Amino acid sequence: MVIRNRNGNDIRPSEITPRGIYLNRRELMGKAAGLGASAALAGSAALPLASLPFSEAQAATLAFEKSKFSTSEPVTAREYVTSYNNYYEFGVDKGDPGQNAHTLTTTPWNVKVDGLVAKPADYALEDFVKPFALEQRIYRHRCVEGWSMVIPWVGFPLAKVLERAEPLGSAKFVAFETLMRPSEMPGQHGLFQPLEWPYVEGLRLDEAMHPLTILAVGIYDETLPNQNGAPLRLVVPWKYGFKGIKSIVRISLVENAPPTTWNLQNSNEYGFYSNVNPEVDHPRWSQKTERRIGEGGLLAKRRETLPFNGYADQVASLYSGMDLRKFF
Amino acid sequence: MSVEAPSLPRPRAVPRGGKQLVAFWQVPKILVYLGGFIPAVWWFELGLTDRLGADPMKALEHALGLWALRFLIASLAITPLRQLSGINLIRFRRALGLLAFYYVVLHLLTYLVLDQGLDLSAIIADILKRLYITIGMAGFVILVPLAITSNNLAIRRLGAQTWNRLHRWVYLVAILAVLHFLLSVKVPIEPLFYAALVAILLGYRLARSLLRERGGKVPARARN
Repeated sequence: MVIRNRNGNDIRPSEITPRGIYLNRRELMGKAAGLGASAALAGSAALPLASLPFSEAQAATLAFEKSKFSTSEPVTAREYVTSYNNYYEFGVDKGDPGQNAHTLTTTPWNVKVDGLVAKPADYALEDFVKPFALEQRIYRHRCVEGWSMVIPWVGFPLAKVLERAEPLGSAKFVAFETLMRPSEMPGQHGLFQPLEWPYVEGLRLDEAMHPLTILAVGIYDETLPNQNGAPLRLVVPWKYGFKGIKSIVRISLVENAPPTTWNLQNSNEYGFYSNVNPEVDHPRWSQKTERRIGEGGLLAKRRETLPFNGYADQVASLYSGMDLRKFF
Repeated sequence: MSVEAPSLPRPRAVPRGGKQLVAFWQVPKILVYLGGFIPAVWWFELGLTDRLGADPMKALEHALGLWALRFLIASLAITPLRQLSGINLIRFRRALGLLAFYYVVLHLLTYLVLDQGLDLSAIIADILKRLYITIGMAGFVILVPLAITSNNLAIRRLGAQTWNRLHRWVYLVAILAVLHFLLSVKVPIEPLFYAALVAILLGYRLARSLLRERGGKVPARARN
């Protein structure tokens, strides 16, 4: 993993739309729409640069390879990806993580790999990621709430981490755990606790080994902002977003399906698998369609949600023979 | 959604609170309507200038629904306020109730047009299958006759008693509104705050009517 300190003359390795261009595009679109508010609009277009809540100075530019698994769909604007987050450790409102997550210190950071493995270890993050080449994976991201984004992650296959640890034959599932640090995570203390802490997630071993499943350390061409799960998070593009556990401190190989946070909160509404599936509605709302964030503003049309979030060709075989209504 | 019924004794022009309240009392009702529409204008302006964040439709839909609930709660607070403190704002109750209705209409239109894109089959499926949408629609349907009869002519035609009985349905609407809100979110923190307000305002009425049945001491003025 190559981390270079950013300075003003660096040429970004990324081929995705640079920030300035999409900001300009948004401004032009606004003007073309004849909204007659160019002053206000220019102000709002400049906003993400000036007001991003995390420290831009700390972000490091990442070098990476492109991946054949990336979608060619237009990438969601960075300002939305970094300001519209579900990360309840920093508050339940989607604006809260962007406001509050700067309190989290991510250096030093340790990741423990343990459980049913031949080589358990407690890594410093730098050592944990060092052997792996970074790839850019531009994935569709579908939230269980009915919205979606297209996010250019930077990371590496989880399979490589698991292979390094050498799972034992008895290992059938992978359990993940988020940092528990109430002093830096305002959602973890206080009167009202919406979830049990620490946040935990899990995958079946074959899901975890699948080439689409990655651990991300960055978005766009930089290290992850805190509100997006710095410094290390899971990305499983064919599952609802909450399966993508953030700020991981522990990865354990286990024999039985591990507990998962939203399933603990409400097992009727959130299953262990939580594969994106337009045929299986959330008990309280439909999953047939989704709103793509940043697409057309107020007049945006809903999109059809695709089975396995459009990754059915790659992953449907993992579930052949299973009743996906039962194992939702 | 309630209006002062003509058979009830007319509220005193000057409340007990003292002179500074007289000025507020004299605020023309039209200002309540104009002020009441400021949030709607503000949110639509934010939407048209692309300042509603990542999910503008959701933000607008939520804001309009929230303001509907706030105005509904404000209209339900008028009577307890008068009974408990003597501050009589009943003159503004019709405006508050109608504002709640207008915001419900805007909230519903946002859902039908911007959220669902007038996809009738999706909308009907939602209303039939999604409990929170069923409940929301039921609340809207009940509000319609209340809004239509929120005028002096309707009070005269219906008679005060019938009119009062009809407008008690607003209590059910308030309950449906908070249920609709509670069921629409993943974790209900904000909805619980509004549910508590509604519980207090309706619980107060229930307690008062129970006390009156027993003691019969509450003056007629304090009815409804």
